[in-house]
Amino acid sequence: MPAVSKGDGMRGLAVFISDIRNCKSKEAEIKRINKELANIRSKFKGDKALDGYSKKKYVCKLLFIFLLGHDIDFGHMEAVNLLSSNKYTEKQIGYLFISVLVNSNSELIRLINNAIKNDLSSRNPTFMCLALHCIANVGSREMAEAFASEIPRILVAGDTMDSVKQSAALCLLRLYKTSPDLVLMGEWTSRVVHLLNDQHMGVVTAAISLITCLSQKNPDEFKTCVSLAVSRLSRIVSSASTDLQDYTYYFVPAPWLSCKLLRLLQCYPPPEDGAVKGRLVECLETILNKAQEPPKSKKVQHSNAKNAILFEAISLIIHYDSEPNLLVRACNQLGQFLQHRETNLRYLALESMCTLASSEFSHEAVKTHIETVINALKTERDVSVRQRAADLLYAMCDRSNAKQIVAEMLSYLETADYSIREEMVLKVAILAEKYAVDYSWYVDTILNLIRIAGDYVSEEVWYRVIQIVINRDDVQGYAAKTVFEALQAPACHENMVKVGGYILGEFGNLIAGDPRSSPLVQFNLLHSKFHLCSVPTRALLLSAYIKFINLFPETKATIQEVLRCDSQIRNSDVELQQRAVEYLKLSSIASTDVLATVLEEMPPFPERESSILAKLKKKKGPGAVSVTELEDNKREGGELNGGGDRGPDTAAMAASNASTPSPSADLLGIRSAAPVGAPPASTGSLLVDVFSEAGPAAPSAAVNDDGFLSSAPPSEDPAPPLSEADELLNKFVCKNNGVLFENQLLQIGIKSEYRQNLGRMYLFYGNKTSVQFASFTTTVSCPGDLQSHILFVPLCSETKPSNRITQWKAITSSLSP
Amino acid sequence: MIRFILIQNRAGKTRLAKWYMQFDDDEKQKLIEEVHAVVTVRDAKHTNFVEVWDQLVSYALSVLFPQFRNFKIIYRRYAGLYFCICVDVTDNNLAYLEGIHNFVEVLNEYFHNVCELDLVFNFYKVYTVVDEMFLAGEIRETSQTKVLKQLLMLQSLE
Repeated sequence: MPAVSKGDGMRGLAVFISDIRNCKSKEAEIKRINKELANIRSKFKGDKALDGYSKKKYVCKLLFIFLLGHDIDFGHMEAVNLLSSNKYTEKQIGYLFISVLVNSNSELIRLINNAIKNDLSSRNPTFMCLALHCIANVGSREMAEAFASEIPRILVAGDTMDSVKQSAALCLLRLYKTSPDLVLMGEWTSRVVHLLNDQHMGVVTAAISLITCLSQKNPDEFKTCVSLAVSRLSRIVSSASTDLQDYTYYFVPAPWLSCKLLRLLQCYPPPEDGAVKGRLVECLETILNKAQEPPKSKKVQHSNAKNAILFEAISLIIHYDSEPNLLVRACNQLGQFLQHRETNLRYLALESMCTLASSEFSHEAVKTHIETVINALKTERDVSVRQRAADLLYAMCDRSNAKQIVAEMLSYLETADYSIREEMVLKVAILAEKYAVDYSWYVDTILNLIRIAGDYVSEEVWYRVIQIVINRDDVQGYAAKTVFEALQAPACHENMVKVGGYILGEFGNLIAGDPRSSPLVQFNLLHSKFHLCSVPTRALLLSAYIKFINLFPETKATIQEVLRCDSQIRNSDVELQQRAVEYLKLSSIASTDVLATVLEEMPPFPERESSILAKLKKKKGPGAVSVTELEDNKREGGELNGGGDRGPDTAAMAASNASTPSPSADLLGIRSAAPVGAPPASTGSLLVDVFSEAGPAAPSAAVNDDGFLSSAPPSEDPAPPLSEADELLNKFVCKNNGVLFENQLLQIGIKSEYRQNLGRMYLFYGNKTSVQFASFTTTVSCPGDLQSHILFVPLCSETKPSNRITQWKAITSSLSP
Repeated sequence: MIRFILIQNRAGKTRLAKWYMQFDDDEKQKLIEEVHAVVTVRDAKHTNFVEVWDQLVSYALSVLFPQFRNFKIIYRRYAGLYFCICVDVTDNNLAYLEGIHNFVEVLNEYFHNVCELDLVFNFYKVYTVVDEMFLAGEIRETSQTKVLKQLLMLQSLE
């Protein structure tokens, strides 16, 4: 049994705990506990008032039982009673009980707050600390209301003891976080900042956490802390080992305080005052120098403490991003850590270098370590370290090393942990697209991705490769050939079939000349995978088949026979059945000209932000910084491609909601998804413009050198040929719903219902711009006689900018016989 | 900031759980189980840090607790006990790793070569030690001398 000190024995508690530990089974334990609970209950209810010691003992037992995992529904009153004892041990147990078993009974809360109030004004530092700790641990709204104004006073009062100040500072921090509206710092600001100069290092340690939090919310009010922090840091860093006796840890002076000071400085930009800045730079250089000095102790605690300060200093240097010398030195230091024997340091170095890679001053320096990082990727045994290496490769990637990095990431992907595959796939896809000079390399890379990690290749990725192939004439033939070869593999991922089906459907003609990839061979290849695929893929393949009929009339008979068989035209899935039936019919009745027009080659897609990037951001969470986006912002003064700061980018989010073209929607080639973000002209002309442009705008096919970013505005097209408009209207012969009209500003949809002599049509107006339509009005004109039979009722009008339809106006009409 | 501090033994029994954020009782239980599962499979070749994104088990955790996505666990094993501190992803790993060690050295001094049983029988005192060194999710005091002096003073009170 461990030594138990005088006066605080609580022998009964020790016996009880022993009993529990000696129980041979769960049942025995429960039995013992219930026995004790009954005992305690009777003691609490008993006639004799319990003395403080007994109360303390029983409350402590209850607490122990609770911590074992059993529910306790009594004892709170007794615990609260303990608070008013003037004995420390009794108070302590009372406070502990109510902190752990927080109760929301308002009567109890009132009593607790009273007790706290008494202790706070008791002038006994031990009691004051107990009370402050309770508030900090519970941090309820009621406590905030009761004490938020009292605590700052305690914090800055001259006669407050140091230990009480420490507790008060952190207690205030807790209240500020949970109830910021109740903690008004106004009059206390300068005195709180001044705590940075306190001679008690513990007070500074505690106060600095409070100040850091407050500075983040009110940077201007607290900016005087910067110079104070710098001087404090300077004094610590240059102190001899004999100063700061109590706060030297394994020969490192005040490591935690140094880290906190460096963290506080990261809330602000570099100091403007030259002297302050000079001192700080000197500090940082000293820290970097110390890292090179031989260690004062072999103990890992010494090096951890020293390196904790070093890494925080490097974070500050990166945050400032203005001292090239420091950045390069930091990079070199991290480079040394990359090969340290301690895994922790290698991990932290990789992590830290990731952020360094995005700074223009150190980007080149980071790249010099590429071989070490690649080696880490291959040989590290801790998966989280490998992951950091992958992140760093992604961050340091640029035109000069893209091919090498993508190749390494692909080979890593083959054996990577499943939990990280999706993220890796997105990253490889982004890099391949961004740095592709030669698009056949890009196509190869994506197809490899599908082959290696097909399950994790999300839709955004393979949509993207198709978009790019369609937009670039020079790679279409290569894509067709490569996809054809890939499909010949015996076990082929379904995503490969999707990509292959689509590309061969569009560009199969480019390889049809070679007898090994003749039309029939292509068709048989695709069809051999048909039965292995899911419904959406089969739908895509059916579309590819009708495209084949158009491209290769000689295959018509074969394909029609396939379409004609029962498993297609009587397929239980409605979509597949409909496609089979319609394509079969289309191939029979349409003349070659009409067929060619309907199945015309997909026009180029408009350039807009890659939804892959948005998806990656969503995966990593809003807190993560993608360094390639930082690069883009620096180079292009980036607009669409992700914010340069850590917040979620609304443009990216909005763009990610834009519909990526699905094969079925655009199959008939009538219109492609129009671009986003064209602001309308003044409202008067808007109405005119909307109705004078009868067709969709031709998207700009400009792809600038850096891939998916383009600031070319969409151009406007003259009215499309009549046949298209006819097709738009003609479809309403057999369809009740659909898009009536669309251009880059507006989409008009119709939804209608008919029953006997009554019909109802709803017209939906979709605002496709990112700005609000004002004074939007519509008119419907009816020819001749029809007017008398139709009733118009505007149901709702709301104008909202969006990429989705949110505005609609309903018109009801009924035709009488 | 610190989200919670856990001391668990290899079997998964919790010897101390200090929470600096609001969690329900069943959330706390789930967290305790997940931390135990994550930490006990690691050995010397792993780092002392577990970021919630990386581990398959922690992936489940991040799905259950969306607010948990930006956390990491810094831990060290001392004999049969795992000392785990859960902090924000932006916090300084080594600082907290040594924060743990500092705390353990204080416990060791206070209980004269501390062992697991000391933490069991004196559980209510362990909370006092914790509150001396950590409060409101931040480090409160780092000087072992000062902390021990205070603890001895408190020990002498009635």
